[in-house]
Amino acid sequence: MSEPELLAENLACRRGERLVFSGLSFRLEAGGALLVRGPNGSGKSSLLRLVATLIPAADGRLLWGGVPVESDLSRYRQSLHYVGHQDALKAALSPRETLALAASLRGVRQPGAALERALEAFALDAVADWPNRWLSAGQRRRLALCRLFVAPAPLWLLDEPFSSLDPDNQRRLENALEAHREEGGRVILTTHLERAVAGARGIELGSGAAE
Amino acid sequence: MRGAFLGLVRHELRLALRQGSDTGIVLGFFVLAVVLFPFGVGPEPALLSRIGAGIIWVAALLAALLSLDRLYASDFEDGGLDLLALSGLPLELVALAKGASHWLTTGLPLTILSPLLALLVDIEPGRIPLLVLSLLVGTPALSLIGSLAAALVLGARRQGVLLSLLVLPLYVPPLVFGAAASGTVAGARSDLLLLGALSLGAFALAPWAAAAGLRQALQ
Repeated sequence: MSEPELLAENLACRRGERLVFSGLSFRLEAGGALLVRGPNGSGKSSLLRLVATLIPAADGRLLWGGVPVESDLSRYRQSLHYVGHQDALKAALSPRETLALAASLRGVRQPGAALERALEAFALDAVADWPNRWLSAGQRRRLALCRLFVAPAPLWLLDEPFSSLDPDNQRRLENALEAHREEGGRVILTTHLERAVAGARGIELGSGAAE
Repeated sequence: MRGAFLGLVRHELRLALRQGSDTGIVLGFFVLAVVLFPFGVGPEPALLSRIGAGIIWVAALLAALLSLDRLYASDFEDGGLDLLALSGLPLELVALAKGASHWLTTGLPLTILSPLLALLVDIEPGRIPLLVLSLLVGTPALSLIGSLAAALVLGARRQGVLLSLLVLPLYVPPLVFGAAASGTVAGARSDLLLLGALSLGAFALAPWAAAAGLRQALQ
Protein backbone atom coordinates (compact mmCIF):
# COMPACT_ATOMS: atom_id res chain seq x y z
CA MET A 1 0.00 0.00 0.00
CA SER A 2 1.36 3.39 -0.89
CA GLU A 3 1.72 5.85 1.96
CA PRO A 4 -1.17 8.32 1.97
CA GLU A 5 -0.28 11.86 1.08
CA LEU A 6 -1.63 15.08 2.52
CA LEU A 7 -3.20 17.47 0.08
CA ALA A 8 -4.51 20.90 0.96
CA GLU A 9 -6.66 22.72 -1.54
CA ASN A 10 -7.50 26.38 -1.26
CA LEU A 11 -7.46 26.45 2.54
CA ALA A 12 -8.72 29.57 4.24
CA CYS A 13 -8.70 30.39 7.91
CA ARG A 14 -10.87 32.92 9.67
CA ARG A 15 -10.40 33.98 13.29
CA GLY A 16 -13.37 36.05 14.34
CA GLU A 17 -13.89 38.70 11.67
CA ARG A 18 -10.34 38.54 10.35
CA LEU A 19 -9.36 36.43 7.36
CA VAL A 20 -5.94 35.12 8.43
CA PHE A 21 -5.03 33.46 5.13
CA SER A 22 -6.85 32.14 2.11
CA GLY A 23 -6.24 30.24 -1.09
CA LEU A 24 -3.50 28.12 0.48
CA SER A 25 -2.68 24.92 -1.37
CA PHE A 26 0.11 22.44 -0.81
CA ARG A 27 0.96 18.79 -1.19
CA LEU A 28 3.00 16.74 1.24
CA GLU A 29 4.11 13.28 0.16
CA ALA A 30 5.97 10.58 2.09
CA GLY A 31 9.29 11.87 3.38
CA GLY A 32 8.35 15.47 2.71
CA ALA A 33 8.71 18.45 4.99
CA LEU A 34 6.96 21.77 4.87
CA LEU A 35 8.42 24.80 6.56
CA VAL A 36 5.81 27.44 7.35
CA ARG A 37 7.27 30.94 7.32
CA GLY A 38 5.81 34.32 7.90
CA PRO A 39 5.85 37.27 10.27
CA ASN A 40 4.23 37.07 13.73
CA GLY A 41 0.48 36.88 13.48
CA SER A 42 0.48 35.69 9.89
CA GLY A 43 -1.33 32.48 10.88
CA LYS A 44 1.47 29.92 11.16
CA SER A 45 0.03 28.39 14.32
CA SER A 46 -3.49 28.67 12.93
CA LEU A 47 -2.40 26.69 9.86
CA LEU A 48 -0.99 23.92 12.06
CA ARG A 49 -4.14 23.85 14.22
CA LEU A 50 -6.24 23.78 11.09
CA VAL A 51 -4.29 20.85 9.63
CA ALA A 52 -4.61 19.15 13.04
CA THR A 53 -8.42 19.59 12.73
CA LEU A 54 -8.50 21.57 15.97
CA ILE A 55 -10.09 24.52 14.20
CA PRO A 56 -12.34 24.27 11.14
CA ALA A 57 -11.27 25.64 7.77
CA ALA A 58 -13.30 28.62 6.59
CA ASP A 59 -12.88 27.37 3.04
CA GLY A 60 -11.08 24.71 1.04
CA ARG A 61 -10.42 21.05 1.77
CA LEU A 62 -7.87 18.82 3.35
CA LEU A 63 -7.35 15.36 1.87
CA TRP A 64 -5.47 12.48 3.49
CA GLY A 65 -4.76 9.69 1.01
CA GLY A 66 -7.27 11.21 -1.39
CA VAL A 67 -10.13 11.21 1.14
CA PRO A 68 -11.43 14.36 2.86
CA VAL A 69 -10.26 14.17 6.47
CA GLU A 70 -13.77 14.82 7.87
CA SER A 71 -14.99 11.54 6.40
CA ASP A 72 -12.85 9.55 8.83
CA LEU A 73 -11.75 12.05 11.43
CA SER A 74 -10.63 9.56 14.08
CA ARG A 75 -8.40 7.65 11.64
CA TYR A 76 -6.81 10.91 10.47
CA ARG A 77 -6.26 12.11 14.03
CA GLN A 78 -4.60 8.81 14.88
CA SER A 79 -2.15 9.37 12.04
CA LEU A 80 -0.92 12.73 13.28
CA HIS A 81 1.01 14.14 16.19
CA TYR A 82 0.50 17.79 17.07
CA VAL A 83 2.98 19.56 19.34
CA GLY A 84 1.69 23.07 19.88
CA HIS A 85 3.57 26.01 21.31
CA GLN A 86 2.20 25.08 24.75
CA ASP A 87 3.78 22.07 26.42
CA ALA A 88 0.60 20.76 28.12
CA LEU A 89 2.40 19.51 31.22
CA LYS A 90 0.90 19.11 34.69
CA ALA A 91 3.24 20.39 37.39
CA ALA A 92 2.40 17.61 39.86
CA LEU A 93 3.09 14.71 37.50
CA SER A 94 6.43 13.24 36.42
CA PRO A 95 7.67 12.97 32.82
CA ARG A 96 7.05 9.21 32.92
CA GLU A 97 3.43 9.71 34.05
CA THR A 98 2.95 12.44 31.44
CA LEU A 99 4.05 10.10 28.67
CA ALA A 100 2.02 7.21 30.11
CA LEU A 101 -1.13 9.30 29.72
CA ALA A 102 -0.12 10.26 26.17
CA ALA A 103 0.41 6.57 25.38
CA SER A 104 -2.91 5.44 26.81
CA LEU A 105 -4.75 8.23 24.97
CA ARG A 106 -3.17 6.96 21.75
CA GLY A 107 -4.42 3.46 22.55
CA VAL A 108 -1.00 1.94 23.32
CA ARG A 109 -1.73 -1.10 25.46
CA GLN A 110 1.67 -2.04 26.89
CA PRO A 111 3.50 1.27 26.91
CA GLY A 112 6.58 0.13 28.91
CA ALA A 113 9.13 -0.12 26.09
CA ALA A 114 7.64 2.79 24.14
CA LEU A 115 7.92 5.01 27.22
CA GLU A 116 11.60 4.22 27.75
CA ARG A 117 12.29 4.83 24.07
CA ALA A 118 10.44 8.16 24.19
CA LEU A 119 12.31 9.29 27.32
CA GLU A 120 15.65 8.36 25.75
CA ALA A 121 14.84 10.20 22.53
CA PHE A 122 15.51 13.50 24.27
CA ALA A 123 17.69 12.18 27.08
CA LEU A 124 15.09 12.72 29.80
CA ASP A 125 15.58 9.32 31.46
CA ALA A 126 17.60 10.93 34.26
CA VAL A 127 14.69 13.16 35.29
CA ALA A 128 11.91 10.71 34.40
CA ASP A 129 10.54 10.55 37.94
CA TRP A 130 10.92 14.17 38.97
CA PRO A 131 7.80 16.28 39.17
CA ASN A 132 7.39 18.36 36.02
CA ARG A 133 7.50 21.57 38.05
CA TRP A 134 11.25 21.05 38.54
CA LEU A 135 11.96 20.92 34.81
CA SER A 136 13.56 23.81 32.96
CA ALA A 137 11.91 25.41 29.93
CA GLY A 138 14.12 23.37 27.60
CA GLN A 139 13.37 20.14 29.44
CA ARG A 140 9.65 20.88 29.31
CA ARG A 141 9.92 21.41 25.56
CA ARG A 142 11.82 18.13 25.20
CA LEU A 143 9.16 16.31 27.22
CA ALA A 144 6.42 17.71 24.98
CA LEU A 145 8.41 16.47 21.96
CA CYS A 146 8.84 13.04 23.57
CA ARG A 147 5.11 12.50 22.95
CA LEU A 148 6.04 12.04 19.28
CA PHE A 149 7.66 8.74 20.17
CA VAL A 150 5.06 7.05 22.40
CA ALA A 151 3.06 5.97 19.37
CA PRO A 152 4.04 6.03 15.70
CA ALA A 153 2.19 8.48 13.46
CA PRO A 154 3.17 9.46 9.91
CA LEU A 155 2.29 13.16 10.12
CA TRP A 156 4.02 15.46 12.59
CA LEU A 157 2.77 19.01 13.11
CA LEU A 158 5.27 20.99 15.15
CA ASP A 159 4.81 24.56 16.28
CA GLU A 160 8.21 26.15 17.02
CA PRO A 161 9.70 22.83 18.17
CA PHE A 162 13.21 24.28 18.47
CA SER A 163 12.33 27.02 20.93
CA SER A 164 14.23 26.80 24.27
CA LEU A 165 16.31 23.83 23.05
CA ASP A 166 20.10 23.91 23.52
CA PRO A 167 22.35 23.05 20.53
CA ASP A 168 22.67 19.37 21.54
CA ASN A 169 18.95 18.93 21.70
CA GLN A 170 18.38 20.92 18.54
CA ARG A 171 20.62 18.35 16.86
CA ARG A 172 18.66 15.51 18.49
CA LEU A 173 15.45 16.96 17.07
CA GLU A 174 17.04 17.45 13.64
CA ASN A 175 18.14 13.81 13.65
CA ALA A 176 14.71 12.68 14.80
CA LEU A 177 13.08 14.65 11.99
CA GLU A 178 15.46 13.15 9.49
CA ALA A 179 14.89 9.60 10.73
CA HIS A 180 11.14 10.17 10.67
CA ARG A 181 11.28 11.36 7.07
CA GLU A 182 13.53 8.51 5.98
CA GLU A 183 10.86 6.12 7.22
CA GLY A 184 8.32 7.90 5.05
CA GLY A 185 7.01 10.29 7.68
CA ARG A 186 5.90 13.82 6.93
CA VAL A 187 6.51 17.01 8.87
CA ILE A 188 4.93 20.43 8.86
CA LEU A 189 6.67 22.86 11.16
CA THR A 190 7.20 26.47 11.98
CA THR A 191 10.68 27.50 13.00
CA HIS A 192 13.22 30.25 12.61
CA LEU A 193 16.05 27.72 12.20
CA GLU A 194 16.28 27.33 8.43
CA ARG A 195 19.10 24.82 8.49
CA ALA A 196 17.07 22.45 10.65
CA VAL A 197 15.12 20.74 7.90
CA ALA A 198 17.19 19.87 4.88
CA GLY A 199 15.27 19.91 1.63
CA ALA A 200 12.08 21.23 3.15
CA ARG A 201 9.73 23.14 0.96
CA GLY A 202 8.78 26.55 2.20
CA ILE A 203 5.34 28.02 2.47
CA GLU A 204 5.06 31.74 2.90
CA LEU A 205 2.13 33.09 4.85
CA GLY A 206 1.11 36.67 4.49
CA SER A 207 1.33 36.30 0.73
CA GLY A 208 -0.85 33.20 0.83
CA ALA A 209 1.03 31.38 -1.94
CA ALA A 210 3.06 28.20 -1.67
CA GLU A 211 6.40 28.06 -3.42
CA MET B 1 -10.84 2.89 23.78
CA ARG B 2 -11.60 1.42 27.21
CA GLY B 3 -7.90 1.56 28.01
CA ALA B 4 -7.76 5.24 27.06
CA PHE B 5 -10.85 5.99 29.17
CA LEU B 6 -9.49 4.22 32.24
CA GLY B 7 -6.08 5.79 31.60
CA LEU B 8 -7.64 9.26 31.68
CA VAL B 9 -9.61 8.53 34.88
CA ARG B 10 -6.44 7.17 36.50
CA HIS B 11 -4.54 10.29 35.40
CA GLU B 12 -7.20 12.59 36.87
CA LEU B 13 -7.28 10.69 40.16
CA ARG B 14 -3.49 10.74 40.37
CA LEU B 15 -3.50 14.50 39.78
CA ALA B 16 -6.17 14.99 42.46
CA LEU B 17 -4.29 12.84 44.97
CA ARG B 18 -0.94 14.44 44.16
CA GLN B 19 -2.34 17.93 44.59
CA GLY B 20 -4.36 16.64 47.53
CA SER B 21 -5.64 20.03 48.54
CA ASP B 22 -8.71 20.05 46.31
CA THR B 23 -10.51 17.14 47.94
CA GLY B 24 -9.40 18.34 51.37
CA ILE B 25 -10.78 21.82 50.78
CA VAL B 26 -14.06 20.42 49.48
CA LEU B 27 -14.49 18.21 52.55
CA GLY B 28 -13.47 21.00 54.90
CA PHE B 29 -15.98 23.33 53.29
CA PHE B 30 -18.69 20.66 53.55
CA VAL B 31 -18.11 20.17 57.29
CA LEU B 32 -17.89 23.90 58.04
CA ALA B 33 -21.00 24.75 56.04
CA VAL B 34 -23.04 22.13 57.93
CA VAL B 35 -21.61 23.21 61.29
CA LEU B 36 -22.56 26.85 60.61
CA PHE B 37 -26.29 26.12 60.38
CA PRO B 38 -26.93 25.40 64.08
CA PHE B 39 -25.32 28.77 64.86
CA GLY B 40 -27.72 30.46 62.46
CA VAL B 41 -31.02 28.73 63.24
CA GLY B 42 -30.35 27.94 66.90
CA PRO B 43 -29.39 24.64 68.50
CA GLU B 44 -32.92 23.31 68.92
CA PRO B 45 -32.71 19.52 68.37
CA ALA B 46 -36.24 19.16 67.01
CA LEU B 47 -35.75 21.88 64.39
CA LEU B 48 -32.28 20.68 63.40
CA SER B 49 -33.45 17.12 63.11
CA ARG B 50 -36.26 18.20 60.78
CA ILE B 51 -34.12 20.34 58.45
CA GLY B 52 -30.87 18.37 58.88
CA ALA B 53 -31.11 16.36 55.68
CA GLY B 54 -31.78 19.54 53.70
CA ILE B 55 -28.77 21.25 55.31
CA ILE B 56 -26.49 18.39 54.41
CA TRP B 57 -27.77 18.28 50.83
CA VAL B 58 -27.34 22.02 50.31
CA ALA B 59 -23.83 21.90 51.80
CA ALA B 60 -22.96 18.89 49.60
CA LEU B 61 -23.98 20.59 46.39
CA LEU B 62 -22.18 23.81 47.28
CA ALA B 63 -19.08 21.74 48.07
CA ALA B 64 -19.40 19.89 44.75
CA LEU B 65 -19.57 23.27 43.00
CA LEU B 66 -16.35 24.37 44.64
CA SER B 67 -14.00 22.13 42.66
CA LEU B 68 -15.83 22.36 39.33
CA ASP B 69 -14.18 25.43 37.87
CA ARG B 70 -10.78 23.70 37.60
CA LEU B 71 -12.25 20.60 35.93
CA TYR B 72 -11.33 21.64 32.38
CA ALA B 73 -9.74 25.03 32.99
CA SER B 74 -6.19 23.76 33.56
CA ASP B 75 -6.33 21.57 30.45
CA PHE B 76 -7.72 24.50 28.52
CA GLU B 77 -4.94 26.83 29.65
CA ASP B 78 -1.95 24.51 29.22
CA GLY B 79 -2.91 23.03 25.86
CA GLY B 80 -3.83 19.63 27.29
CA LEU B 81 -7.32 19.95 25.82
CA ASP B 82 -5.78 19.87 22.31
CA LEU B 83 -4.18 16.54 23.12
CA LEU B 84 -7.44 15.18 24.55
CA ALA B 85 -9.30 16.30 21.42
CA LEU B 86 -6.75 14.59 19.14
CA SER B 87 -6.62 11.38 21.19
CA GLY B 88 -8.42 8.22 20.19
CA LEU B 89 -11.05 9.02 22.83
CA PRO B 90 -14.20 10.88 21.69
CA LEU B 91 -14.78 14.12 23.63
CA GLU B 92 -18.01 12.64 24.99
CA LEU B 93 -15.97 10.00 26.81
CA VAL B 94 -13.43 12.63 27.88
CA ALA B 95 -16.32 14.52 29.51
CA LEU B 96 -17.60 11.32 31.12
CA ALA B 97 -14.12 10.52 32.47
CA LYS B 98 -13.87 14.03 33.90
CA GLY B 99 -17.30 13.71 35.50
CA ALA B 100 -16.42 10.30 36.93
CA SER B 101 -13.18 11.52 38.45
CA HIS B 102 -14.95 14.58 39.87
CA TRP B 103 -17.44 12.25 41.55
CA LEU B 104 -14.70 9.96 42.87
CA THR B 105 -12.83 12.92 44.39
CA THR B 106 -15.83 14.89 45.73
CA GLY B 107 -19.21 13.10 45.58
CA LEU B 108 -17.94 9.84 47.04
CA PRO B 109 -15.92 11.38 49.92
CA LEU B 110 -18.88 13.65 50.74
CA THR B 111 -21.15 10.62 50.90
CA ILE B 112 -18.74 8.76 53.15
CA LEU B 113 -18.43 11.74 55.48
CA SER B 114 -22.17 12.42 55.67
CA PRO B 115 -23.12 10.01 58.54
CA LEU B 116 -20.78 11.93 60.83
CA LEU B 117 -22.43 15.24 59.93
CA ALA B 118 -25.87 13.65 60.29
CA LEU B 119 -25.03 13.08 63.96
CA LEU B 120 -24.01 16.73 64.29
CA VAL B 121 -27.42 17.98 63.12
CA ASP B 122 -29.23 15.34 65.16
CA ILE B 123 -30.80 13.29 62.36
CA GLU B 124 -32.40 10.16 63.85
CA PRO B 125 -30.06 7.18 63.45
CA GLY B 126 -32.79 5.30 61.56
CA ARG B 127 -32.75 7.87 58.76
CA ILE B 128 -28.97 8.06 58.34
CA PRO B 129 -28.75 5.10 55.92
CA LEU B 130 -31.38 6.82 53.78
CA LEU B 131 -29.36 10.02 53.74
CA VAL B 132 -26.23 8.15 52.71
CA LEU B 133 -28.14 6.25 50.04
CA SER B 134 -29.68 9.44 48.66
CA LEU B 135 -26.24 11.08 48.43
CA LEU B 136 -24.81 7.98 46.79
CA VAL B 137 -27.56 7.98 44.19
CA GLY B 138 -27.74 11.75 43.71
CA THR B 139 -24.16 13.01 43.75
CA PRO B 140 -23.32 11.47 40.32
CA ALA B 141 -25.94 13.82 38.88
CA LEU B 142 -24.17 16.74 40.57
CA SER B 143 -20.82 15.78 39.03
CA LEU B 144 -22.23 15.11 35.56
CA ILE B 145 -24.28 18.31 35.42
CA GLY B 146 -21.26 20.14 36.79
CA SER B 147 -18.99 18.69 34.12
CA LEU B 148 -21.44 19.90 31.49
CA ALA B 149 -21.58 23.43 32.93
CA ALA B 150 -17.80 23.61 33.38
CA ALA B 151 -17.36 22.75 29.69
CA LEU B 152 -19.90 25.36 28.63
CA VAL B 153 -18.26 28.28 30.47
CA LEU B 154 -14.76 27.35 29.30
CA GLY B 155 -12.94 30.35 27.90
CA ALA B 156 -15.48 32.83 29.26
CA ARG B 157 -14.44 35.70 31.50
CA ARG B 158 -15.20 35.26 35.22
CA GLN B 159 -15.74 31.55 34.76
CA GLY B 160 -16.22 30.78 38.44
CA VAL B 161 -19.13 33.17 38.96
CA LEU B 162 -20.75 32.25 35.67
CA LEU B 163 -20.42 28.59 36.57
CA SER B 164 -22.30 29.05 39.87
CA LEU B 165 -25.08 30.96 38.12
CA LEU B 166 -25.42 28.22 35.55
CA VAL B 167 -25.08 25.22 37.85
CA LEU B 168 -27.12 26.14 40.91
CA PRO B 169 -30.51 26.27 39.10
CA LEU B 170 -29.67 22.94 37.45
CA TYR B 171 -28.99 21.49 40.91
CA VAL B 172 -32.56 22.21 42.10
CA PRO B 173 -34.11 18.89 40.97
CA PRO B 174 -31.44 16.68 42.62
CA LEU B 175 -31.72 18.83 45.75
CA VAL B 176 -35.51 18.53 45.92
CA PHE B 177 -35.58 14.76 45.52
CA GLY B 178 -32.43 14.16 47.53
CA ALA B 179 -33.61 16.10 50.55
CA ALA B 180 -37.08 14.59 50.26
CA ALA B 181 -35.72 11.05 50.03
CA SER B 182 -33.75 11.44 53.23
CA GLY B 183 -36.45 13.47 55.01
CA THR B 184 -38.93 10.75 55.93
CA VAL B 185 -38.67 7.00 55.91
CA ALA B 186 -42.20 6.54 54.59
CA GLY B 187 -42.05 8.18 51.16
CA ALA B 188 -38.38 7.62 50.50
CA ARG B 189 -38.70 4.97 47.82
CA SER B 190 -40.28 7.03 45.08
CA ASP B 191 -37.97 10.00 45.75
CA LEU B 192 -34.94 7.75 45.58
CA LEU B 193 -36.14 6.32 42.29
CA LEU B 194 -36.64 9.80 40.85
CA LEU B 195 -33.20 10.80 42.10
CA GLY B 196 -31.74 7.74 40.38
CA ALA B 197 -33.60 8.71 37.20
CA LEU B 198 -31.98 12.16 37.37
CA SER B 199 -28.52 10.63 37.70
CA LEU B 200 -29.16 8.24 34.82
CA GLY B 201 -30.56 11.04 32.68
CA ALA B 202 -27.49 13.16 33.39
CA PHE B 203 -25.29 10.15 32.59
CA ALA B 204 -26.99 9.78 29.21
CA LEU B 205 -27.18 13.44 28.21
CA ALA B 206 -24.52 15.52 29.99
CA PRO B 207 -21.45 14.05 28.20
CA TRP B 208 -22.90 14.96 24.79
CA ALA B 209 -23.60 18.53 25.79
CA ALA B 210 -20.24 18.83 27.54
CA ALA B 211 -18.45 17.58 24.41
CA ALA B 212 -20.24 20.24 22.35
CA GLY B 213 -19.06 22.85 24.84
CA LEU B 214 -15.49 21.57 24.63
CA ARG B 215 -15.55 21.68 20.82
CA GLN B 216 -16.73 25.27 21.01
CA ALA B 217 -13.95 26.14 23.44
CA LEU B 218 -11.28 24.62 21.21
CA GLN B 219 -11.98 26.97 18.30
